[in-house]
Amino acid sequence: MGVDDRWKGYHETDPGPLGNLLTKVADLPGGQVLVGAADALVDWGRKCSIWPLTFGLACCAIEMMSTGASRYDIDRFGSGVFRPSPRHADVMLVAGTITYKMAPRVRRLYEQMPAPKWVIAYGNCACSGGPFNTYSVVQGMDEIAPVDVYIPGCPPRPEALLYGLMKLQDKIMAESLTRKGVPVLEPVRDRQGA
Amino acid sequence: MNLCEIGRELERRYDGLVRVVQENPDLVVEVAREKLLEVCRFLKDTPDFEFNFLIFITAVDRVDYLEVVYCLRSMSNFRQIMLKVQVPADNPEVPSLTGIWPAAGFDERETYDLLGVRFSGHPDLTRILLPDDWEGHPLRKSYPVDKRPVRTY
Amino acid sequence: MQTTHEMVVNLGPQHPSTHGVMKLEVVMDGEYIVDCKPVIGQLHRGMEKMAEGMLYGQFIPITDRLDYLSPACNNLSYCLAVEKLLGIEAPERGKYIRVIIAEMQRIANHLVALGSWGLDLGAWTILLYTFRDREMLLDLFEMFCGQRMTLNCFRVGGTTYDLPDGFVEKAREFLEVIPSRINDYEALLTKNPIWMTRLRDVGVVSAEDALAYGLTGPNLRASGVKWDLRKVYPYEVYDRMQFDVPVGSRGDCLDRYYVRIQEMRQSCRIVQQALDQLPPGDIMVDMPTIALPNKEEFPNNFPEVVRHFHLLVQGYAPPEGEVYLGYENPKGELGFYLVSDGSGYPYRLKIRSPSFINMQIFPKIMRGAMLADVIAILASFDPVLGEIDR
Repeated sequence: MGVDDRWKGYHETDPGPLGNLLTKVADLPGGQVLVGAADALVDWGRKCSIWPLTFGLACCAIEMMSTGASRYDIDRFGSGVFRPSPRHADVMLVAGTITYKMAPRVRRLYEQMPAPKWVIAYGNCACSGGPFNTYSVVQGMDEIAPVDVYIPGCPPRPEALLYGLMKLQDKIMAESLTRKGVPVLEPVRDRQGA
Repeated sequence: MNLCEIGRELERRYDGLVRVVQENPDLVVEVAREKLLEVCRFLKDTPDFEFNFLIFITAVDRVDYLEVVYCLRSMSNFRQIMLKVQVPADNPEVPSLTGIWPAAGFDERETYDLLGVRFSGHPDLTRILLPDDWEGHPLRKSYPVDKRPVRTY
Repeated sequence: MQTTHEMVVNLGPQHPSTHGVMKLEVVMDGEYIVDCKPVIGQLHRGMEKMAEGMLYGQFIPITDRLDYLSPACNNLSYCLAVEKLLGIEAPERGKYIRVIIAEMQRIANHLVALGSWGLDLGAWTILLYTFRDREMLLDLFEMFCGQRMTLNCFRVGGTTYDLPDGFVEKAREFLEVIPSRINDYEALLTKNPIWMTRLRDVGVVSAEDALAYGLTGPNLRASGVKWDLRKVYPYEVYDRMQFDVPVGSRGDCLDRYYVRIQEMRQSCRIVQQALDQLPPGDIMVDMPTIALPNKEEFPNNFPEVVRHFHLLVQGYAPPEGEVYLGYENPKGELGFYLVSDGSGYPYRLKIRSPSFINMQIFPKIMRGAMLADVIAILASFDPVLGEIDR
């Protein structure tokens, strides 16, 4: 299997003003250290408060709710603040089956989230369509937007979500401000105008 | 009156237009398209029958023709009966039951959506489960299970 | 004089209170609702089409994903429909196990219904409480079949597994705890004036309307119609169980809340009795054409290996015909209409899902209500989108 390059370069189009500044700083003597320190600080801040978008699509949403509830308590990882508005959210937890009727809205919600943003495909349906190889089901979230963490399972246990979240935190810690920027997107063609 | 007698009573009343096709485990009666509304009203309002509850409406694609299936229940006598109407596959049209049971509304829209049966007299016969611009009717036997639209998002 | 114009408010499909990806197009005149149109189908997964390409036994895991809050009940409903088509019955112990798990699932379902209802109306605490207690049930399910949510635990002709050691004791522990927990919820909600005011006389459904619009389950009983398929057509072992059917009188949201609370108590009674009466014996029918061979002795027995292979690849072929069987799911009557052409695959499978039919009454009862009531009414019907859209 080759590397999936459908979304290659998607996030690397424009590092943004801060990124551009840091890129210049990195060229100065000793600037790398400064950039590294800035990256570590910013990434640490980001990883400790990944706010998810309340976005239950199907069965997995119930396990997502369990993760947010008393026993598993996702708040321990700073991700307990489920935001109904995409403008407040950092990570899109795609929990469930995406259909062709829903796909334009998923795409639009993704676009409405401010950068930096991440996507977790939670459950088999969001990873690859799951058991539903049918006419109305989109075969995986990665056809709509780039996915950072895939969590398989039908539905995955809450522990799996917590593990996936920790993996995402690792990924965030490895990011640099000089690379990740604001993605440039094609406009959405909406089916139903909503 | 047991279920078989109900079937025979219907056959007697609508001679030649109603036919019992299955008695066990469920009573299934085939009704001519033009008599459907009359039979339904009769089943609902006759005191001995009282099939007052519509359970579901669906259709079956038999390739040459379509069968529209109605399942009714009598809540006072604890019975259920299924009515079937045969319609041609190229012009599937049956009268709507929304005037008798408002519960028919969504089921008829769904049957229209997935099988392409038109219900004349339905107040809002539009697609319900699939997007409005969907092509074809997926539960027809000629529709492949994994025929997906071109991506539009 | 000033006039107001009608305004359309879109509730959903991405909205925390819609219980999934449902959209309500609400036409408002000021704060009052003129019309409300449910737009569904955002979770239509084509299960009925899938079923036509699957063996009868293969479809059982897919039924889990219908009403994903009560998967065991869906399994049971589907298995009963296929059993009716085949003309067989599960053995005694199998029936008891089915009833125990299905009634526990009913409690779990009502717990989530209550929790998310509270969440929608701004009572966040109740969600944490109900999910805490639901975890006890999920532990029991995990003990029984290894899965928390999508159980896939019943087979046509019986159950997959016998109750494991220690299950009965743990279930009894749960039954000791849960009545006091239900009292806690009542203390939190029934004695809460905000909760009561937001539910009383909101979304009133008369008994005639409920029947005409095809409501089933707790929503029908809240309107005062005493109709429970467990009592009317006592399948499995429900005829040996002593339990009451709670009914409401006014048909408003408050009655729908009371009915659900009472049903949890009744389900506890049923589980208690079923545990007491649990007989020893087989859990699967003794029919080589339907039941899989015993896995423990099968590696040394070549004919059994061949039979196992045949059963999994070809399945079993019910006689030609069609059946409909409705089952009292926690949400209402879940029924399967099966058409068999004599092969191993269903010719047509139709799912009569309760939430889908229950939703038709929304435009009627929403008219004249306030916008804030929409949330209360929607949650009171306890819809699940997996089942509405299938």
